[in-house]
Amino acid sequence: MAKYIGKRIIFMIITLFIISSATFFLMKFLPGTPFQNEEKLSEDQREILNEKYGLDQPIPVQYANYMVNIAKGDLGVSFQFDNQPVTNLLKNRMGPSLQLGFQAMFIGTIIGILLGVLAAMFQNTWIDYGSTFLAVLGKSIPSFVFAAVMQYYIGVKLELLPVASWDGFTSSIMPTIALAIFPIATAARFMRTELIEVLGSDYITLAKAKGNSGMEVSFKHAIRNALIPLITVLGPMAVALMTGSMVVEQIFAIPGIGEQFVKSIQTNDFPIIMGTTIFFAFLLMVIILIIDILYGIIDPRIRLTGGDKK
Amino acid sequence: MKKSKNFLLLVIALAVAMIISACGSGSESSDGEGSDSGDTGSSEKQIFNMVETAEIPTGDPALATDQASFIVFGQTIEGLYVLDENDKPVPAIADGEPEISEDGKEYTFKLREDAKWDNGDPVTANDFVYAWQRAVDPDTGSEYAYMFSGVIENAEAIISGDKDPEELSVEAVDDYTLKLTLEQPIEYLNSLLAFGTYLPLNEEFVEEKGDKFGTNSDNMLANGPFKLTEWDGSGLEWKYVKNDAYYDKENVSLDEVNVQVAKKPSTAVNLFETGEADRTAALSAEYAKQYKNHENASKFEELSSWYLKFNQERDGEDTPLANENIRKALAMAFDKESFTETVLSNGSVPSDGYVPKGLASNPETDEDFRDESGSLISKDVEKAKEYWEKGLEELGKDKITLDYLSDDTENAKTTSEYFKNQLESNLDGLTIELTNVPFKVRLDKTRKQNYDIVMHGWGPDYLDPMTFLDLFVTDGTNNETSYSNKEYDQLIEDAKEKYANDPEKRWETMLEAEKLLVQEDTVVAPIYQRGRITLIKPKVKGLVEHAFGPDYTLKNVTIEK
Repeated sequence: MAKYIGKRIIFMIITLFIISSATFFLMKFLPGTPFQNEEKLSEDQREILNEKYGLDQPIPVQYANYMVNIAKGDLGVSFQFDNQPVTNLLKNRMGPSLQLGFQAMFIGTIIGILLGVLAAMFQNTWIDYGSTFLAVLGKSIPSFVFAAVMQYYIGVKLELLPVASWDGFTSSIMPTIALAIFPIATAARFMRTELIEVLGSDYITLAKAKGNSGMEVSFKHAIRNALIPLITVLGPMAVALMTGSMVVEQIFAIPGIGEQFVKSIQTNDFPIIMGTTIFFAFLLMVIILIIDILYGIIDPRIRLTGGDKK
Repeated sequence: MKKSKNFLLLVIALAVAMIISACGSGSESSDGEGSDSGDTGSSEKQIFNMVETAEIPTGDPALATDQASFIVFGQTIEGLYVLDENDKPVPAIADGEPEISEDGKEYTFKLREDAKWDNGDPVTANDFVYAWQRAVDPDTGSEYAYMFSGVIENAEAIISGDKDPEELSVEAVDDYTLKLTLEQPIEYLNSLLAFGTYLPLNEEFVEEKGDKFGTNSDNMLANGPFKLTEWDGSGLEWKYVKNDAYYDKENVSLDEVNVQVAKKPSTAVNLFETGEADRTAALSAEYAKQYKNHENASKFEELSSWYLKFNQERDGEDTPLANENIRKALAMAFDKESFTETVLSNGSVPSDGYVPKGLASNPETDEDFRDESGSLISKDVEKAKEYWEKGLEELGKDKITLDYLSDDTENAKTTSEYFKNQLESNLDGLTIELTNVPFKVRLDKTRKQNYDIVMHGWGPDYLDPMTFLDLFVTDGTNNETSYSNKEYDQLIEDAKEKYANDPEKRWETMLEAEKLLVQEDTVVAPIYQRGRITLIKPKVKGLVEHAFGPDYTLKNVTIEK
């Protein structure tokens, strides 16, 4: 196991290197300068500023400098937020985004699994149709629409929860629900399909034939096996949550990182673009790694250590 | 079995972590809320809650370029002058008007001796000397350093690295006497002295903080009515609290101002509707339209002028717009009133000139520049068609295709459609191709003159028509059209140098220049002067909105109970 993880971490570092290199060069194709007052600057002024920030050097040199700094753990200083180290910004903005993402994923998968199980066990009844309807709704309506509707009815009309801002748990409820809609729908649909399939398989029939009750069979054998494939979709789901949170963060005025990512691209804030890209990539790879490890733990057919490989 | 137990454990651990984190932030919030509501309930504290649309990019006046930063300085730092409710500069840290030398170049300011920074240090002449030298120093990397060039002697050479910052002609004669020498007499100096880049800084404090200066509210000092608190450097919330060190604190009644950034206009409006905010920032187009007749709506005319800019040379070749008749035809072929009324609908007003109204007034008669200059070019479809025919004939064509460059926001796209429709339907043989691109791309294309027509706006750097007019001198940085007219260059030069000490003559020359630019040469086609609509609760009194510098000042705000 340790060997496997070690290997994966080495691959992660290589991947991160490739991603950051590609982003660096692509980013340099962006037209314009990172200066906020670009329009009013004269040629001379721009040259002076470029020189000050090392942007006058050839791109390969800039690239080498940047990579050396990254290796030292220095992600540079933002252009939008003058003199603000990128690490500071990431540190300040990461918390809310991660909290929302995890809350949404946690609540989303649990409710989703429940809905899916109910739908499969009561197949072709109103429970099944109702759950499928909810799943389709959740899948097809974007989270920001839910967010806006909730904000209006729950925040403005009923005044049950704060409209926006980031002041602790109560203010995270609505954004969490908005973000959880997608995981709920995904998990519910997945769970239903898998469970129906498992319930129809031979070993379930055998268990039933042995005289076990339907409920017992479902909980002891079927659900456990149906859960395995769901873990596979958790990774993509986490990514969807990261990107989906950009708009939701804006709607609820949450100081998150997603929203900052978009703005950094619009303003050519090179260090922030790089910083957030590397951070997102890193996060995604860690999640995938965790999922792969989890897979090995719950599915005996998968072995992470080399020995069993064909 | 063992494996599933592990999995279960993992899930439980995750759940516990979740709950702990939720509780953690939950208790934090209840503390904060508790004290807040306690304050409003029990005492007579004056609290104002407002919404902004963007984060504060920096608390360092030399580096600031963004409106959000200038708004902060407007509440926390006073310069030699501040703007009053009519946007007229009035002495602040300056103790009365300065002594001015005969040739209009040397200014000697006496500073008030009761002004203090909130760390207790007095505000001295050296604070200005230090701040200005720092701003022009290329090592600081100030994007607004050019605000000094051509104004304070030697600034230009220092900015381009040819002289040392110490050579800037500003001097602390004693702690409370500041002497500055100008490159040439400048009529609008007072409005510059109220601008963010000209604010004083406490040398000891700034040097001590080094790179950290202005990166969060602990690393800033205030000498104005309020000080900034609880700003972490990139967050969406901050506060202003009354500054007890302020020399005029008797006239400040607000104790606390809470600011929340809401980037979505719908969020801002919802916060306002629930009473969590007493004021929104300027509403974006779609909301402005919806709320312009709201009982709490407040309209304000800004000083930015918007127009179509015609590129006369592209890739080294003349464009059809090098033809004066074609430019005139285009400038007369669209309806400005219905554009501002129905498309923008945000308090903007149509304009027949380039220099906006409210910017400057005649030094003798006090008549506004725009009023005095009058309507220079307006809609006249008949005449437009005549010019168009004539222009086509001169070019020897019967069809022209032009591309129209603009931003890619919803509002900009609607605007583009409007102009395409108006121009194409009024001018036979014209095809407009729309290019809607992100802001930075638009700037880049404009700078490289990779466009035919661009929707362009310009705001003032100081309160004088020159901030608009000198754009179009031959090879000017923001000319971007290849327009070149010796007569125009001469007028601008005269106004700047020959008549520097003759305000009335200077004024007339600028009027003449605008007329030449718009009416005769039609380098640009004026469209409108931008307005903004905000929502504000009637209980908020005394908020002063500015068309220049910070969007507003809170010093005189009171909340009626």
